[in-house]
Amino acid sequence: MNENPTIHGNRWRRFDLWDDRALRLDKYAVEDPANGFAAMNGAKDPSPALTISGGRITSMDGVDEADFDMIDRFIARYHIDPAVAGEAMAMPSIEVARMLVDMNVPRADLVRLARGMTPAKLAEVVAHLNAMEIAFAYSKMRARSTPGNQGHVTNAKDDPLQLAADAATAVAFGFDEIETTMRVSRNSWSNALACCVGAAVGRAGTLFQCSSEEAEELLIGMAGFTSYAETVSVYGTEKAFVDGDDTPWSKAWLTSAYASRGIKMRCTSGAAAELLMGYHEAKSMLYLEARCLCLQRGMGAQGTQNGGIDGAPLASTVPGGVRELMAENLVAVWLDLECASGNDARMSESQVRIGAKILPFLIAGSDLICSGFGTIPAYDNSFNPSLFNGEEMEEYLVLQRDFEADGGLTPVSEELVLDVRRRAVDALGAVFDELGLAVTDETMKQSVVMASGSDETESMMPRDAALVSDAIRDGEITVIDVIRALRKRGFEAEAENLLFLVKLRVSGDYLQTSAVVREGRVISAINDPNAYLGPGSGYRVSEQRRSELNNIRDVLDREEVLRAEAHFKPIEEAKINYLGMGAAPRSSDAQDVVVGVSPAFGSQIFRTLAGHSLTHVLREIKAGIEEGGCTARFVRMHHTADTSFLGLSAAKLAGSGVGIGLQSKGTAVIHQSERLPHNNLELFSNAPITSLEHYRGFGVNAAAYARGELPMPVVVPTRGEAMGARYHARVALIFAIETALSRDGAEPEAIELEFLEAGQ
Amino acid sequence: MTNDTRGTEDFPLAEKRPDLIRSQGGRSLDELTLDAVDAGEVTLDDLRITPDALMLQAEVARDAGREALADNFERAAEMTAIPQPVIMEIYELLRPGRAPSKDKLMEAADMLRTRYGAERMATFITEAADVYEQRGLFTFRF
Repeated sequence: MNENPTIHGNRWRRFDLWDDRALRLDKYAVEDPANGFAAMNGAKDPSPALTISGGRITSMDGVDEADFDMIDRFIARYHIDPAVAGEAMAMPSIEVARMLVDMNVPRADLVRLARGMTPAKLAEVVAHLNAMEIAFAYSKMRARSTPGNQGHVTNAKDDPLQLAADAATAVAFGFDEIETTMRVSRNSWSNALACCVGAAVGRAGTLFQCSSEEAEELLIGMAGFTSYAETVSVYGTEKAFVDGDDTPWSKAWLTSAYASRGIKMRCTSGAAAELLMGYHEAKSMLYLEARCLCLQRGMGAQGTQNGGIDGAPLASTVPGGVRELMAENLVAVWLDLECASGNDARMSESQVRIGAKILPFLIAGSDLICSGFGTIPAYDNSFNPSLFNGEEMEEYLVLQRDFEADGGLTPVSEELVLDVRRRAVDALGAVFDELGLAVTDETMKQSVVMASGSDETESMMPRDAALVSDAIRDGEITVIDVIRALRKRGFEAEAENLLFLVKLRVSGDYLQTSAVVREGRVISAINDPNAYLGPGSGYRVSEQRRSELNNIRDVLDREEVLRAEAHFKPIEEAKINYLGMGAAPRSSDAQDVVVGVSPAFGSQIFRTLAGHSLTHVLREIKAGIEEGGCTARFVRMHHTADTSFLGLSAAKLAGSGVGIGLQSKGTAVIHQSERLPHNNLELFSNAPITSLEHYRGFGVNAAAYARGELPMPVVVPTRGEAMGARYHARVALIFAIETALSRDGAEPEAIELEFLEAGQ
Repeated sequence: MTNDTRGTEDFPLAEKRPDLIRSQGGRSLDELTLDAVDAGEVTLDDLRITPDALMLQAEVARDAGREALADNFERAAEMTAIPQPVIMEIYELLRPGRAPSKDKLMEAADMLRTRYGAERMATFITEAADVYEQRGLFTFRF
């Protein structure tokens, strides 16, 4: 009975393979516009229309003024500029869409037109753009020139020491904003104080928010611990808004309230929120989001966090959902809002979908590319795992380097991270002690400094955090107390940094659109405006920034390769002597097989890519040749490092006419003197997986060819491992070292091998 | 532009026009030092934004073509005088179903106008009251 499923199955086996991939955990929704499952073409999306009489909007997007819901009313009253509306609404949408991707049309012209457009008009225009055009238009239309990023700093235990260490780490990696939230809501004060101390380590100016209940969040801001907020959510239908327990007027009130306290603020909205809440009115995600964004501009919010946000995973289940997320980000920046562009909730289990999702924003740039990059491991993310988490941070850093794109982050050294983490836990421990909030010990601190995530810490637990939190709130402790405690305990730099952050509110400069702090200066859409007008304009990665982005780990250069090899030099020298015997003669002995090695073989390079000692490789080849009844003769080539020419040159010297070419990295060839250079007898091209046994077999086969036989070629089983990206840089560098040593026309040199190891 | 109006060229004010920025207690930015904090001379109140600073930022925003943002800064300037509990109280009242009728909101608007001179905010609340009435938001929710 044959059990082979390819004989007895009734399904192409590739589907089984696909079933096992992470992608299959993703499930998708059928496009169903009548029930709200539509990215861009809703069943009841209105056609763009606007009537104005006597400066008053009397109908908008097919709804008469008398029937306006509260969102329509707010948009008509606070968003639409009647002075521009006539002109803007009369322009064909396709023409405006072309202007969005025309590098010769200045951003300001388009921003002006947007003020006269209804939500349906904005949605209709961007729907004309394909994904690439959306990304390009986004790059052109975003408000601030320099891109930035925002990170989540949370942990599963609400451990304040870890929050401080992780906040300091996020600052070191270059996040412009960090955001925390809690597992247990009463821990908000503890989280806020801990992050604010941690974020003061290293440099000043990283903005910080503590996402909590509206009233509490404002109180925490008032106490000076936080510097921005982004939890002011708005919705695209009236019923969803009311279920969200707010109205445009209550949210506008909060918007002004934050500004009145000198706290930077942006709104939150995004695709599929209304669908999740059950009140979508059979309208598309894009149209409803356009309503949200017009509202936000009307409220006078400087910016938005959009691009799905919590709804991104649901939006990503419908056809075109990811394109829609990009389109709604575009509407935001077109409306001149700062955009923290989502790339936040993890929308897929597939690493490929995740990488694809981030790319347009990485290369287009964004005020804040992620509105929550998980700086901590996924399990520690109290907002739920992000698109990118601590696990994938280095992937992101490498993507920046690949595309020479500034994603807002900077690689840092292991030493620096340890320093800032240590400094952060010491600073927070001192503040806790000074203010009588908690006792921390060295074990706790040390475990936090070294831990990747809270699974590995022996530190404070949620209940400890609750006690700290209550004590901060009830003791009416403010950032002033924290600054004084830091200074008293010798954390002068951190005290200074924290004071700098609180002082930002006095002038309110950072309340302007797209403001962040770089090198102690507020930059925003005003003093760092995006002035893209084609190649050579707009944001460009400077030479200095480029070298920062390039400074990832595991970068090899020639010196690094030689340094690594030098370690093996004495080890090899204890195993073998290469004795130079002058110019290599041609032999007439029919049993003579010549092994030609490369210029750096055993002089600068000592291991094959598989890690074999070159002495052992030579020993095996020699033994194989002798096993086949021939004699092995060794020659060092000085005129070439190329495998084929090493082999052919060796063959031409050999009395048998058969030679082996052997590079120091382990690549080998069997050649025959009458053959063309690249038409060899056998080739070991997969050096990283070639074993000593293979080399021995190679010797045996070379001898067989010398005897005029046709042996079974030595096959190195490969599944492509040897072509892994881990080898390419090293291979090229080794080969460069080899070619640097080769000289045109140099004579082959006979070498005699003296094996020094016992048993040789 | 007259000399009386600030524009985008004055941004950031803390850098370009520090002469215009004063804390609530009348201190300049340079006087808000760690030493002063340590000595208890600078309190959290000194680190609050002032209505003047918000009006200046409104001028900058308007010059940058951001009318709606400027309006928000002007509303915020009025709100600096409103104590936190009152801000939260009115916010609560503006949420759907909190006010049983238009009257509560009209009272709040009056209070803002008379007690805090907050004309813009008062008008804003009155407008909300009208919309809530038209949209039937004065209904019991919980």
